[in-house]
Amino acid sequence: MSPHPSSPAGSDQTRAGGADISVRIQAEDFDAGREIAALTASNGNTGAVVTFTGLCRDEDGRLAALELEHYPGMAEAEITRIAEEACQRWPLGGLTVIHRHGRIVPGANIVLVVAVSRHRRAAFEAAEFLMDYLKTRAPFWKKEHLRDGGDGGWVDARDSDTRDADRWAAVPPVEP
Amino acid sequence: MQLRYFAWVRERVGLEAEEIDLPETVTTVAGLLDWLAARDDAHAAAFADRGTIRVALDQMHVEHDAPLTGAREAAFFPPMTGG
Repeated sequence: MSPHPSSPAGSDQTRAGGADISVRIQAEDFDAGREIAALTASNGNTGAVVTFTGLCRDEDGRLAALELEHYPGMAEAEITRIAEEACQRWPLGGLTVIHRHGRIVPGANIVLVVAVSRHRRAAFEAAEFLMDYLKTRAPFWKKEHLRDGGDGGWVDARDSDTRDADRWAAVPPVEP
Repeated sequence: MQLRYFAWVRERVGLEAEEIDLPETVTTVAGLLDWLAARDDAHAAAFADRGTIRVALDQMHVEHDAPLTGAREAAFFPPMTGG
């Protein structure tokens, strides 16, 4: 049996852009459970849901909070472009991406990706692809505020994040 | 043209945004960076390490050799650290 059995007509619609994409940039917190329920309720043919939630670390007790600056307008536009590319590469039923901005304390949510598909592999890979590209292309910048009252400065971009994003260039799209 | 600055680029320039009249001789992103860096000490400090500056034209990522043709908004910022 093929690891990726072909599915009937529905996947063409998804590839043609039928996936339900929702991108939100907000200061408010989110509820991952509620987002999963909303996305699966509107996608009856869902067999797999993968979620990724990114949290603010306390950096071993050093950090009081992160300040997340963003480029309003472009943040939504760029994440939507990445989500649309994911829907071209994988047969997804839907994608929800939420990214918070403003002051975020350790333990609090920063980012959520929910990917739904008929089969697990597309949802797993699309969620990882979304996060890898979001980290290097979505216009957000983190500044650290330290518990001792100091300014920890702007967080430096990591070379490993660029490599994580670049590796997708070599990954062929998953067949439905 | 509207210019926007983010994160430490914004802090070094000392502005979130400004409106400029683009000289006709400035036709590319790299040319705009050179022109801005020559304006005053704050811009020069922000754009001292040209290679680390990321640029968007009308909210789309572009490389430094991109033409400015028709762009209404240019944004300058460090490598992104979201997610």
